[in-house]
Amino acid sequence: MQVTVTVNDTEYTREVEPRLLLIHFLRDELGLTGSHWGCDTSNCGACVVWLDGTPVKSCTVLAVMADGRAVRTVEGLERGGQLDPVQQGFMECHGLQCGFCTPGMMMTARWLLDRNPDPTEAEIREAISGQICRCTGYENIVRSVRWAAGHSAPEATEATEVTA
Amino acid sequence: MTATEQHGAPAAFGPMRRKEDARFVRGRGSYVDDIVLPGMLHGAVLRSPHAHARITSIDTAAAEAHPKVKAVITGQTLAGLNLAWMPTLSNDTQAVLATDKVRFQGQEVAFVVAEDRYSARDALELIEVDYEALPAVVDARRALDADAPVIRDDVDGRTDNHIFDWETGAAARTEEVFRDAEVTVAEDILYPRVHPAPLETCGAVADFDKVTGKLTVWETTQAPHAHRTLYAIVAGLPEHKIRVISPDIGGGFGGKVGIYPGYVCAVVGSIVTGKPVKWVEDRSENLMSTAFARDFHMRGEVAASRDGRIRAVRVSVLADHGAFNGTAQPTKYPAGFFGVFTGSYDLEAADCKVTGVYTNKAPGGVAYACSFRITEAVYLVERMVDVLAYRLGMDPAELRMRNLLRPDQFPYSSQTGWVYDSGDYQRQLALAMELAGYQELRAEQRERRERGELMGIGVSFFTEAVGAGPRKHMDILGLGMADGADLQMHPTGKAVLRISVQTQGQGHETTFAQIVANELGIPADDVEVVHGDTDSTPFGLGTYGSRSTPVSGAATAVVARKVRERARIVASAMLEVSPDDLEWDGARWFVRGDPDQGKTIPEIAFAAHSSLELPDGVEGHLDAQTVYNPPSLTYPSGAYICVVEVDPGTGGVKLRRLVAVDDCGVRINPMIVEGQVHGGLADGVGMALMQVIAFDSDGNCLGGSFMDYLLPTAMECPSWELGETVTPSPHHPIGAKGVGESATVGSPPAVVNAVIDALRPYGVRHADMPLTPAQIWRTIQGRPFRTDLAIT
Amino acid sequence: MMPGMQVPSHVEYERATSLEHALTLLAGPDARALAGGHSLIPMMKLRLAAPELLVDINGLTELSFIRLDGDELRIGALTRHADLLGSAVAGEYFPILTDAERVIADPVVRNWGTIGGSLCQADPSEDLPAAFAALRATVVIRGAGGVRTVPVREFHVGPYETVVGPGELLTEVRVPVLPRSSSAHLKVHRRAGDWPVAAAGAVLRLGGPAAAPVVEAAGIGLTAVGAPHFVAAEAEEFLRGRPADEESFAAAGAIAADHCRPVADQRGPEDYKRHLAAELTARALRQAAARALGEA
Repeated sequence: MQVTVTVNDTEYTREVEPRLLLIHFLRDELGLTGSHWGCDTSNCGACVVWLDGTPVKSCTVLAVMADGRAVRTVEGLERGGQLDPVQQGFMECHGLQCGFCTPGMMMTARWLLDRNPDPTEAEIREAISGQICRCTGYENIVRSVRWAAGHSAPEATEATEVTA
Repeated sequence: MTATEQHGAPAAFGPMRRKEDARFVRGRGSYVDDIVLPGMLHGAVLRSPHAHARITSIDTAAAEAHPKVKAVITGQTLAGLNLAWMPTLSNDTQAVLATDKVRFQGQEVAFVVAEDRYSARDALELIEVDYEALPAVVDARRALDADAPVIRDDVDGRTDNHIFDWETGAAARTEEVFRDAEVTVAEDILYPRVHPAPLETCGAVADFDKVTGKLTVWETTQAPHAHRTLYAIVAGLPEHKIRVISPDIGGGFGGKVGIYPGYVCAVVGSIVTGKPVKWVEDRSENLMSTAFARDFHMRGEVAASRDGRIRAVRVSVLADHGAFNGTAQPTKYPAGFFGVFTGSYDLEAADCKVTGVYTNKAPGGVAYACSFRITEAVYLVERMVDVLAYRLGMDPAELRMRNLLRPDQFPYSSQTGWVYDSGDYQRQLALAMELAGYQELRAEQRERRERGELMGIGVSFFTEAVGAGPRKHMDILGLGMADGADLQMHPTGKAVLRISVQTQGQGHETTFAQIVANELGIPADDVEVVHGDTDSTPFGLGTYGSRSTPVSGAATAVVARKVRERARIVASAMLEVSPDDLEWDGARWFVRGDPDQGKTIPEIAFAAHSSLELPDGVEGHLDAQTVYNPPSLTYPSGAYICVVEVDPGTGGVKLRRLVAVDDCGVRINPMIVEGQVHGGLADGVGMALMQVIAFDSDGNCLGGSFMDYLLPTAMECPSWELGETVTPSPHHPIGAKGVGESATVGSPPAVVNAVIDALRPYGVRHADMPLTPAQIWRTIQGRPFRTDLAIT
Repeated sequence: MMPGMQVPSHVEYERATSLEHALTLLAGPDARALAGGHSLIPMMKLRLAAPELLVDINGLTELSFIRLDGDELRIGALTRHADLLGSAVAGEYFPILTDAERVIADPVVRNWGTIGGSLCQADPSEDLPAAFAALRATVVIRGAGGVRTVPVREFHVGPYETVVGPGELLTEVRVPVLPRSSSAHLKVHRRAGDWPVAAAGAVLRLGGPAAAPVVEAAGIGLTAVGAPHFVAAEAEEFLRGRPADEESFAAAGAIAADHCRPVADQRGPEDYKRHLAAELTARALRQAAARALGEA
């Protein structure tokens, strides 16, 4: 069936099978390979994207469910050639190693900061508790999000408005 | 220049933001599943639901009739190509696709190639396989029973499940010490089967070009060169027509060292269909069929004096290798480097026997940041030291302090023949105790115990042997464990370094650029690191066993020094002096006694390509190559202290603190080093408290998804507390020792020792990992269960 | 589990435009309502579920609400877990719901998973059925034939089975507000986001003098321990009229444990789960009492 999904402010119309998972739609149909697939069972969070402004695990959402909705992915974090503070924070604080969990972690981090601009370490840990990182032991992810909290940028606010 | 000259603060060493991050934070990494080729087909593997069964028939007709299916490959297809079996990394054989029997649940039975990934999986349901179920060998301790079913009856004359016996140390001498000892303790200790579970599963894209005969394989591999050679051997393809590319890798941890049947099937699929074929396993396939780790059933014994002098350690091990002996380890070391079970202590004697057995479980054996079984060795000895401390009524930190090797004992030859390069263990443990506030913690524990609360403090001290290896002693399938490096200097002084090791997140593109930068006095940003493509990098054995910095890092320093020496000759022509009159100041060759007269590497590089008349000994470039064959292993060490609280009513553990003081020699990029430690600490917490792959009596895998195989989240991990000491490796060009696996090795005993310490009021001396709430509660009841079997 | 099968099989999909439309579609053969999908889609990926038609009800925003209506709290079936967790009114009257939601799956799953989906999945280890059972909630089920309400204690008829029939849809949960009462939910899990090894929810209505409170009514919900309909009925009965003290709560826990039928699995052996039924019941009762008395 035909679906129209707005991904990172661009509208895409595609013919898809109803059973197609949103993560495969993004990766295989649209070529947006920044979001990853890691576990099948919605435990790892490598596939987290925003659906209508809210982080979801896109391995457990059908593409047809996103018809008429807005999706934001890691490819849509950067605005006007400027990195989101979350992206900068992950670079500054060594918040990533293999990079596989990073897109999902950053999408959740951005969402958290939009709602809670100055989160505590405990709040950050809770927010990412549905997402697995095998490399960093989470320490530097927490630091990265704290770094981003201290370096807010106007782009972040805009991102929220577009997809809210 | 000697290694020791550099230990001050080399200019280019220090925290540096990673070069690779620019693409990753933009979602522009390129992992295997991101590769899309024109006309690419998708493969899927049909796997056995049985742990042990004879295949009586396979009917693929319905699958072949599926409109989107392009090929169905079975063991029979492969047998026709002489590809049904392939060698493992331990010189055993493993079925690519089963022909006679299936030997573990999840074993590969057939491979479907279809137009898209969904159709390929649909077609799996259309393949009919008739199995005749056989009794399964699940419990390693029953594998050698006389009536145990023989798993590997594919091998002529095999009548049991025995793989090898291996022994190290001196049995008679050890027995003498035990007979003579004032105190002996013994404990059965299981390091259960776990899985490295990188977030990216394994996969491959194979592209065979019939016209040129060239096979290109993008793969999740930690060892692209070794894979290329193995493909040449397995498939009979000429090696120069094989190109293996390891693109960005989403974590490896040892799980991406070996060749899996899926890779071979993708290659065959591409040859059969003439199209590129992508195969990416799902999570359950990853957990159920790719390399597991540990599964070591150990009995440890320690002989000591009453005043706490550790005299001897004796170990016997039953090693469960699964259905095929696929452990990735140097040929002469069937139990890996388990020989370092003597720990960080000065012993009078040691002895160890290891027996390897087949079971109806997935093959593999050495993976998951274990430094070739050092994880198991360290866990054994550090658990046993605590058992001894309990028996003697001594503080476990004090007991360790009393027995640790002293600085003046290095280089130290252990009772099992390992030559520890350097260390300052007492200072390291003292620093960890200071950071933790050890005495205050013990005071708090006393108070809380009086209130009936369970608080535990765990200590571990480990020494690793990494950087395999000297090639005369260490090889994998005959390939010596050395690594090459090529360094190319462009005329403008920019450098391209080509290395044989492959990052899976360790940050090679940054660290190795820093090594070159440090040797040549150029910015690290001016050094491009090329890796992961066999067509554009020199041969080498790859990244695992914490060997990248010890081996390839050394190769990089050596090749940069070669470039520097060439530059000296060219500079001598530029400055019209003898090379002997030039000195290196870290950034320039200058004329001795006339420091204003000097040339930087970029200036010299341009001159090498210019009209300058070149002296003898150089060609028209500064480029150099090397292969580094390590003279010996390096020996990083660590002192870890863990603090936990246990709820006796539920068995729940709260991990309060974990202090880690690592000594990995010289740190090239401390930021990256700390990141490596952080990750390993989380791994250790996972293994100690939640991760396990158990099997029920029919051989069903009970850890086949992330719902069942639990990995720690940010909630279980405390904020890690790190410290460091630096004792450079005397034989490594830059004094580095390697750190990739240190924390994974050192943290499980620290966490387990802490939990057992918390349970001391109940008289608990040991319980096997993972220490789940159920296991802890049962341990308090005096009835711990076996964690490798189904809980009943 | 059969590895290698992690994509759903073919399925039809319709988006419901109204409740009536949804009910019409659900009356078709082998149709399943699709809300958050966090229970159904994983089952479909494993091909343990293969419905012919998915009826997407995410557009039925009228089913997403949390409001106080007289002496009942009404929660729409399409309410997301995150909304219930964040609801001030739910938290004020029913801390048990906040306690439970805080430990259900993880924050991202809670953003999309729904209350109705959790109840209808009827997983024997699900937290919400126990919490609602402790609260003696009722559920509203709509079908072509009209509306029926069912006590949540009669809603689950077995593992993965409810009384919702073909052509029907769970639309709402109603929770009675009791004076001088409070509640709590406690869970033991192996790791954040894991299913419970065991969990207990308790609701207490207290009477008598503040210094010596007495249990007027108790609700105890248990999950993952084989409690019939997620309820510890005998323990509830035992508590009525007894002093709200440690001794009563411990005894109630023991009774609750006696009437469970836990099954060993990799989360723990049977004896441990039975122990937890007692331990968590007592702890939940203690916490509910403290809250009712304004001590916590």
